[in-house]
Amino acid sequence: MTAQLSNNVPLGDIPALLLPALGDTLIMVGIVMAIVVLVGIPLGSLVHNLAPGGLFENPVWHTALSWIISVGRSLPFLILMAAIVPFTRFITGTNIGIPAAVVPMSIAGIAFFTRIVENSLRGIPVSLTRVAKASGASPLQIIRTAQLSEAVPSIIGGLTINTIAMIEYSAIAGTIGAGGIGYVAVTYGYQRFDNGVMLATIIVLVALVAAVQLTGDRLVRLTTPQARRTALSTRTFLSRGTRTPTSGDRS
Amino acid sequence: MIQIEQLTKVFGHGDARSLVLDRLDLSIEAGEIYAVVGPSGAGKTTLAQCVSLLERPTSGSVVVNGDTLSQLTEKQLRIARRRIGTIFQSDGLFGRRTAESNVALPLEYLGVTPTESRKRVAELLDRVGLADKAKHYPHQLSGGQRQRIGIARALALRPTVLLSDEATSGLDPQATNSIVELLKELRDDLDLAILFITHEMDTVLQVADCVARLDHGHIVESGRLIDLLSDPASDLGRALQPRRRHQDASAAASLWHVTYGETPVPADWLTRLAGELGTDVSLLGASIENLRGSTVGHATIAVSTVDPDRIAAALSGLGLHARLERDLPQRSLEDVA
Repeated sequence: MTAQLSNNVPLGDIPALLLPALGDTLIMVGIVMAIVVLVGIPLGSLVHNLAPGGLFENPVWHTALSWIISVGRSLPFLILMAAIVPFTRFITGTNIGIPAAVVPMSIAGIAFFTRIVENSLRGIPVSLTRVAKASGASPLQIIRTAQLSEAVPSIIGGLTINTIAMIEYSAIAGTIGAGGIGYVAVTYGYQRFDNGVMLATIIVLVALVAAVQLTGDRLVRLTTPQARRTALSTRTFLSRGTRTPTSGDRS
Repeated sequence: MIQIEQLTKVFGHGDARSLVLDRLDLSIEAGEIYAVVGPSGAGKTTLAQCVSLLERPTSGSVVVNGDTLSQLTEKQLRIARRRIGTIFQSDGLFGRRTAESNVALPLEYLGVTPTESRKRVAELLDRVGLADKAKHYPHQLSGGQRQRIGIARALALRPTVLLSDEATSGLDPQATNSIVELLKELRDDLDLAILFITHEMDTVLQVADCVARLDHGHIVESGRLIDLLSDPASDLGRALQPRRRHQDASAAASLWHVTYGETPVPADWLTRLAGELGTDVSLLGASIENLRGSTVGHATIAVSTVDPDRIAAALSGLGLHARLERDLPQRSLEDVA
């Protein structure tokens, strides 16, 4: 019992072990999410507008693109990661570490986010596209103002889900030596039965996910005019201690 | 002004081919509100989309101020659309933009400088009477106010033609009335040609100068509103001012339907008629109103035992079109039955 415990990382050293790992996770997820957003938003808009009724309606291209995305979505991440090792090595020159994890994570994340963008755009009334068209908008102006801009709260909501999924994927990527919280959990918690480290990684992951969710929810509220009004009135309520009428000017 | 010539729109091919608009002709002068009415499925929406150039006509043309707009490339079409302001059924406001930002949309698309845009938007909001709501979001406005914002946006690029596609449908009567008054004001002040597509006959009475009835892709009847209403033979006129159930007449009377004609009818025509015929005249039902200076309407009256020819002559002398609905013998037959 004592001998086993002596193998464990002392409680006081756990922060020193976890903090750099947390940094690695944040870097990995941050890079991946930047790529995901940059590629996913145009791709999602494209898929949405290639669909029947879209701006560039084209059944052949729509089916083809939709198929590729579905394949990306259907592979479990661990399998995807293993399957594309040659591709990853071709791109980054390595198959371990953060750069090697970023490639499969980006592919999985882009496929995920494209569907989220597509779904968010589907929730915007088609009538807005017609309004923009009748007001003389070009296709790009239509996508920007009548589709994406109106879908911002919904896309941010999806982005939150996506980011959390990427934190999860980063832990899986830890198994191929990508570093980060996942790597610590696997090498210390799982392989060495170090329960203290395991518990600490769980706490850090839960806190990280909660923080992302909280930020996401707040951003959704801030970008929705209806909700923003309520948020503001709550703040006034708290600071002044009196209820202020918010809909008095409505007629 | 806008001229629609031989406009035809076909959807689908082969067996699934459906002819929605069939060689439709329509001409709207500047300063005129032209209402197009018709049942659902008559082709109203397709007509609206062909006029706003959202849908390409299969054949025929849409001509605005002498320029044919229907046979253009996609890019030319975008420029052409700026000459036609469109007001949509649901206001079509962008929920994440304030009222002023919604009105500014067409200017933004055109690439107008922010300073110039702000000036024009203030002007437009003032025009529709909502200058104080500039910073409000759509969800903070009433249905009528939202539609006003929609109108301001349609006017942003100074179009000569305004297309209103069911703009008042779904609004309460008060809001409908305010929108109708605004449109009439705009017609007079900006000399707009307004195509007003609706299924609400009441609104047509309030707003239209001319009316056309669309059915199965054809215009089956059209004309000036006043002419249609004063023509007792007009189906459209009757549809616009429907007869409601009237009071029952006594057995010993003949029943007449009278319609106000083009010549002015004296307001006291009932008294005059009774005096002239020397008999009792009862008013059983009527719908009479003043539309842009002319009195239009119809009434159902019962006249006691007098020669029908004399009654008809007296009524037409008063400027009324008369039709004998039921005479005494018919009534007794009905009684037997």
